[in-house]
Amino acid sequence: MPSALPDGEPVPADGTLPASALDGAADRPLGFYLHVPYCATRCGYCDFNTYTATELRSSGGVLASRDNYADTLADEVRLARKVLGDDPREVRTVFVGGGTPTLLAARDLVRMLEAVRSEFGLAPDAEITTEANPESVDPAYLAELREGGFNRISFGMQSARQHVLKVLDRRHTPGRPEACVAEARAAGFDHVNLDLIYGTPGESDDDWRASLSAAVGAGPDHVSAYALIVEEGTGLARRIRRGEVAPTDDDEHADRYLIADTMLAEAGYHWYEVSNWATTEAGRCLHNELYWRGADWWGAGPGAHSHVGGVRWWNVKHPGAYAAALADSRSPGAGRELLTPEDRRVERILLELRLADGCPLALLNPAGLAAARQALTDGLLAEAPFAEGRAVLTLRGRLLADAVVRDLVD
Amino acid sequence: MPATPSHVPEPSRTDPALIRNFCIIAHIDHGKSTLADRMLQLTGVVEQRAMRAQYLDRMDIERERGITIKSQAVRLPWAPTEGPDQGSTHILNMIDTPGHVDFTYEVSRSLAACEGTVLLVDAAQGIEAQTLANLYLAMENDLTIIPVLNKIDLPAAQPEKFSEELANLIGCDPSDVLKVSAKTGMGVEALLDKVVAEVPAPVGVKDAPARAMIFDSVYDSYRGVVTYVRVVDGQLNKRERIRMMSTGATHELLEIGTNSPEMLPADGLGVGEVGYLITGVKDVRQSKVGDTITSLSKGAEVPLGGYKDPKPMVFSGLYPLDGSDYPLLRDALDKLQLNDAALVYEPETSAALGFGFRVGFLGLLHLDVIRERLEREFNLDLIATAPNVVYRVNMEDGTEHQVTNPSEFPEGKIDEVYEPVVRATILAPSEFIGAIMELCQSRRGVLLGMDYLSEDRVEIRYTLPLAEIVFDFFDQLKSKTRGYASLDYEPTGEQSAHLVKVDILLHGDKVDAFSAITHRDQAYAYGVRLVAKLKELIPRQAFEVPVQAAIGSRVIARETIRAIRKDVLAKCYGGDISRKRKLLEKQKEGKKRMKMVGSVEVPQEAFIAVLSSDDSGGGKAKK
Repeated sequence: MPSALPDGEPVPADGTLPASALDGAADRPLGFYLHVPYCATRCGYCDFNTYTATELRSSGGVLASRDNYADTLADEVRLARKVLGDDPREVRTVFVGGGTPTLLAARDLVRMLEAVRSEFGLAPDAEITTEANPESVDPAYLAELREGGFNRISFGMQSARQHVLKVLDRRHTPGRPEACVAEARAAGFDHVNLDLIYGTPGESDDDWRASLSAAVGAGPDHVSAYALIVEEGTGLARRIRRGEVAPTDDDEHADRYLIADTMLAEAGYHWYEVSNWATTEAGRCLHNELYWRGADWWGAGPGAHSHVGGVRWWNVKHPGAYAAALADSRSPGAGRELLTPEDRRVERILLELRLADGCPLALLNPAGLAAARQALTDGLLAEAPFAEGRAVLTLRGRLLADAVVRDLVD
Repeated sequence: MPATPSHVPEPSRTDPALIRNFCIIAHIDHGKSTLADRMLQLTGVVEQRAMRAQYLDRMDIERERGITIKSQAVRLPWAPTEGPDQGSTHILNMIDTPGHVDFTYEVSRSLAACEGTVLLVDAAQGIEAQTLANLYLAMENDLTIIPVLNKIDLPAAQPEKFSEELANLIGCDPSDVLKVSAKTGMGVEALLDKVVAEVPAPVGVKDAPARAMIFDSVYDSYRGVVTYVRVVDGQLNKRERIRMMSTGATHELLEIGTNSPEMLPADGLGVGEVGYLITGVKDVRQSKVGDTITSLSKGAEVPLGGYKDPKPMVFSGLYPLDGSDYPLLRDALDKLQLNDAALVYEPETSAALGFGFRVGFLGLLHLDVIRERLEREFNLDLIATAPNVVYRVNMEDGTEHQVTNPSEFPEGKIDEVYEPVVRATILAPSEFIGAIMELCQSRRGVLLGMDYLSEDRVEIRYTLPLAEIVFDFFDQLKSKTRGYASLDYEPTGEQSAHLVKVDILLHGDKVDAFSAITHRDQAYAYGVRLVAKLKELIPRQAFEVPVQAAIGSRVIARETIRAIRKDVLAKCYGGDISRKRKLLEKQKEGKKRMKMVGSVEVPQEAFIAVLSSDDSGGGKAKK
């Protein structure tokens, strides 16, 4: 999650939601995002809310450490139970992200999941994912996760090239992520994802092709490929500013994206979101789809964002402050916003347009519809779905998705 | 400090022999307003406690920039402290003159209202080009010149050197040059005595039909137009009906009086007197500087000479940044025009900039002042297109066009194009002669002559196309002479030149706002520079956009803005959504500030960067 929190109104101390937030909740799936704000080292490109210290103390003296983190997080899950009251929904997805979740002991991740299970119950076919760094897992660790209920795992592979991994400050060696896929399969994981990054300074088209080949060769059922975004305030941004490494321009990013889409399609992966490909429908990340389809999710952990029925809120960023709030039985929410119907309409367009299913033309107002027709003429939206009332991006349109969204939300 | 003189003659009953009408010619910053302040105090017309710096400069902009735009006249009683007239109360009418080149005509009318002038020069800097120009004007009007060096209390003052310079210029003895400090008041009494002693009394025919010359006309929101006049012959009386001789319009004199320095009604004004009158008109164009006023009954037949209609020399398109401000801009121009007979404008539509006005100005300072007043007093955000001059285009078919906007430059077979030229006078230390000549040469200047004012200061005279100096000439001149050069220019007519219109095309569509008229030899450089700048300023679009410069159908420069291929953020997860929506709202605002040129989105900033004279300076008030 991005490091800067948005502006918003305060969250009530007990975290209470307006009654309207739970209207019609039964028809919406509910997911949990569990944030682990720890890393062994900070990567040069990363601006996520993560900390390398093992112990962080709040100004009030409450200790937040990796060792008691699972307990602290479980406190928030219990708070969620109180806030959602008699909401009868079972949880459809749980996603543990970070940071580096696998920096914690496998049993801690399992305990966090247990908290969700005991407070809310998991749907029989719930998707339970954790992110993992290739260098921080082994077969025993994976087996323990699988045993504890995890059925999907996402490895941060990023690249198959040593020099690219070095610029990204990634510590694993080439080949290790592919091995992880095999170990995860052996441990019984149904679904495995590899995350890739393209456009790292120094990466060539061929380096990128090599990374894609290595990834699909390992046989995950899901691949995510992200253009490297150089965020302000990161080490990489400083290195680029000092001229130590050259930034990658947008045209190169476009080339890499086209390479990715071609190679992934050839290997049997279908795009279902701008940066995500899966071999089968079941291989898609259901949890991410909750985000993209405006479902409800509770994000637990420092800096985590939540959304329930048009109310979006976010927690305090610092693990110490987070732990202190929970120790005090207060909501760790730092701010929230109540989305207006127009906000929700705009969000639906900007999120759903990124999906292979696209967004319904019915969401658009007349000006947006006119813009959509122009986008169709310009080859940015696909013909066939348009005729059926849906705006679906073409390959070129995917690369210009933000521009299309700007036109469509008019 | 002397007491206020007793037995002060009253207006309309003042013996012309006791009247002295004079003005002060000075460069900005040479201390004219401070000297005027001192005179107000010494003559007792302004009490000490009511005194504020630069009393006579009324507009904020004048005070801030230290320039005088509108002149005023003040009636000062003064009994000389020595000499033959000692103790006899005289009436000194001090007429404040505008200090800038753009207002030469107003200056000339102010001078025509006087018999003498104080030539005020900074003792540390010497005479400057505009002062010299106004001095020449005064000499042409046969005014008595009283040379004065100011700021002699400054450590950097060089009274000997500059006395010599002034003596050379006006043909007097260096010892005749008075030395004063307006700041401390030193020498100001002696100066007032000298005005009485040397400036001739006005001469007019008392019993002739009244003839009064308008030398200034100011709009006051409470009183309507206040007209400043100098009575030459006869007498104007309150409540009488008067006639403007240039237009034949008649008005009733609602009020007549003098300024000391606030308005003081009187019974009338007699021969040689200076004062104001109010007729209830609301627009200074009905009371034009230079016009002659006479009585309606038994009025004069022949007007006083020298009347000219103000003629705009420089044009610029003014467009509101926010199109919905157009009515506000129109109202603001209407209001400013009440007080500025030289300001002309007409509505103009630009495909690129929307609705605005083509506005004519006397010169660059005039343009700057008007634009700043529009922005400051009326709170408007404006885009001002690059200033241009008026061209006369003769076609082969015998038709003639006046072009005040480059986009109106006629197509087809052109026989001849005429552009206005000016006679420019540059004063500078002699070490910069080379740099100045190089600059003038590059601006198509023709050297007219050069004279040494003193050992190390020269006066260089050039004929230059006005178009070459309206943009950044003055800034260039300043930078090439480390700020020492001063410039003055006066229009001297027109010349035929090889001028062409350069058009800029975006994706094949001509952008009217970017069209420019340049000399044939400079067209290529202009085209290359502009397309390069536009390529930098216009964001990549969904399609490739050629940017071309063309003369007629001939393309002389081309750049291509490549199509944008990627405009998508890779990630959009739970924590990104709020940020993304807010970014989108911001971008939507940004899109509103885009102007569509054909199918190309051009940010407003690109227009401002290319068009505005801001970065090229034009004639800023540094002059």
